[in-house]
Amino acid sequence: MNIISLISTVLAGIFFFIIYFRLFNFILDYIIKYKIISHRYENSIRSIIFIAPAFLVLFTFILFPVFETIRLSFYDKFGREFIGFENYLWAIKDNEFRRSILNNLGWLLIVPTLSTFFGLVIANLTDRIWWGTIAKSIIFMPMAISFVGAGVIWKFIYDYRGIDDQQIGLLNAIVVSFGLEPQAWLTIPIWNNLFLMAIMIWIQTGLALVIFSAALRGIPKETLEAARIDGASEFRIFWSIIIPFLEQTILVIWTIITILVLKVFDIIYAMTNGQWQTEVLANLMYDWMFRGGGDSGRGSVLAFCIMIGVIPILAWNLYRHRNEQST
Amino acid sequence: MSEINIKKINKYYGSNHIIKDVSLDIKSQSFTVLVGPSGCGKSTILRMIAGLEDINSGTIAIDGTVVNDLAPKQRNIAMVFQSYALYPHMTVFNNMAFGLKLEKRSKDEIEERVHEAAKILQIEDYLQRKPKQLSGGQRQRVAIGRAITRKPKVFLFDEPLSNLDAALRVQMRVELAKLHDQLDATMIYVTHDQTEAMTMADEIVVLDQGIISQSGGPMQLYNNPSNLFVGGFIGSPKMNFINTKILSSNSKGTKVDLFGSSDIVIPKTSKTSSSGDQVTLGVRPEHLLVNKKSSSSWESKVFVVEKLGSGTFLYLEKEGEPLVVETEGDSKIKVGDSVKVGFDPDKCHLFDSSNNSFT
Repeated sequence: MNIISLISTVLAGIFFFIIYFRLFNFILDYIIKYKIISHRYENSIRSIIFIAPAFLVLFTFILFPVFETIRLSFYDKFGREFIGFENYLWAIKDNEFRRSILNNLGWLLIVPTLSTFFGLVIANLTDRIWWGTIAKSIIFMPMAISFVGAGVIWKFIYDYRGIDDQQIGLLNAIVVSFGLEPQAWLTIPIWNNLFLMAIMIWIQTGLALVIFSAALRGIPKETLEAARIDGASEFRIFWSIIIPFLEQTILVIWTIITILVLKVFDIIYAMTNGQWQTEVLANLMYDWMFRGGGDSGRGSVLAFCIMIGVIPILAWNLYRHRNEQST
Repeated sequence: MSEINIKKINKYYGSNHIIKDVSLDIKSQSFTVLVGPSGCGKSTILRMIAGLEDINSGTIAIDGTVVNDLAPKQRNIAMVFQSYALYPHMTVFNNMAFGLKLEKRSKDEIEERVHEAAKILQIEDYLQRKPKQLSGGQRQRVAIGRAITRKPKVFLFDEPLSNLDAALRVQMRVELAKLHDQLDATMIYVTHDQTEAMTMADEIVVLDQGIISQSGGPMQLYNNPSNLFVGGFIGSPKMNFINTKILSSNSKGTKVDLFGSSDIVIPKTSKTSSSGDQVTLGVRPEHLLVNKKSSSSWESKVFVVEKLGSGTFLYLEKEGEPLVVETEGDSKIKVGDSVKVGFDPDKCHLFDSSNNSFT
């Protein structure tokens, strides 16, 4: 019964849009034919007709929630009473919020940079060995694992048992085998942030690697040979020829990972839940929004902060995209 | 002084034998053209000289030093590629200066050498541009400039003109020849275009399926091709080939059948062929005479006329053999006309059944 209703809904949706496009196209043709509207407007009107449904969907599910979030950030925890900037003032004074901003900045600085760096270097190196494809597949594999799943895997690496117990965490096992004391890795402030970032880097390096591998193929062989004849060493070729060639790709990957990192949530949620000074904005937002009865006002402020963070990157991306097209 | 001695080099790609025991001596300061159809191995030989391909066996020596195990940068060579292979993110100046910077030359010297090369190639106005802002011809000049600035012993050209349009190709051909005079360097040039080979080379090396078919000066190859392949490859339009057989032969010449209706004595002989053997008679379009008196001639119908202004090519057929004939530019002959074709036996070539030339 469920499946049948699902299929019929999908079909009805498709049918509706076919009717929509046909009908409006027909009407426009008619209008143009009898010169009710000048021929000049035909193209712009037709594009509006075709864009309208997508725009409506986008508006309902993206733009509207954005405005609603902004509105809610000025209201009390139940979204009933207007309280002005009180939620924002709370955030500025809140220690956890400041901690989150700092941590997010750290994530933004370290994760995209290292993922891109590792991806680029590994892509280059794996191109030179016969088992490169196997290596690439293994490094890409974490991409197929959900962040929560990755968290579970890494829990086993960072796991800590009491000092008298048998250590089952991989890292502690290594430390102990060198005769050192086992550590509760995830509770050491500052450092624990780096341990969490390692998980994200582990996952995202695969993405960077695959895209760089494809981009490397696009570099003409003759250009590299010309550099070799000009006397450039392999490192010099990488630095002076390959990296400038991949500049656009590097920027794209760097932005993709940056935006992803800005929203980082699952890893923190699964590993520490923001304890021991590992809090990030997305996890803090979730905390306020849905835990302890929920506070839609403060939650919205935090959500808004994340959005503000993404906007410059998106704007820059669009600007760059437009520039690229114009040249 | 920078001669190149290639001794019995071989190259395999898997089980494919690409270069078969090729030996070749290239004189210092000569302009040598390796020419042949695609897949003949000409580019592979060039890349082996450059150090971009390993040599499976045999040796390559530049100025007496075996370079088999030297990296490209240690061979003191420069190469110009068909695709120009410029560094797209660098300005023309930096493209030309890249090699010098790697050699850690002083700033003044780099500046001087780049400007010198730019002056020779007339690209001084473009030094601050990026390659994508240049036309194909300008890009190829930059690629040549990049080679010149390093003052190498040997210049290697890998089909440098193939990506240019016809007019530009002719112009660059002349400029490359001039450049060779100016620089007094050894140049090795790879092309599939026999016109480029004929016009620029001191020495042409014709390659066919990984072996040297014949080498020598342009006119030597044109006048005395040692086999059917070279006969057909050098010269445009192609030499006409007529299948025939030997009627009789003596020490002065060989008498062959001509379309079953007449015969002709060619003043060339071969020790390995005798009466009754199948041979190929080769005669160039420009050596066939139209409507002129000659010792042996026949009638043929014209089915295509190509007017070039300076000359006219007539496409004929005789006993199923296609023939191309060159005649004067203002010829009044039309399609469908019958013409009388004859030739001078001295200008004919004979090739035996194993495609070797009679001498």
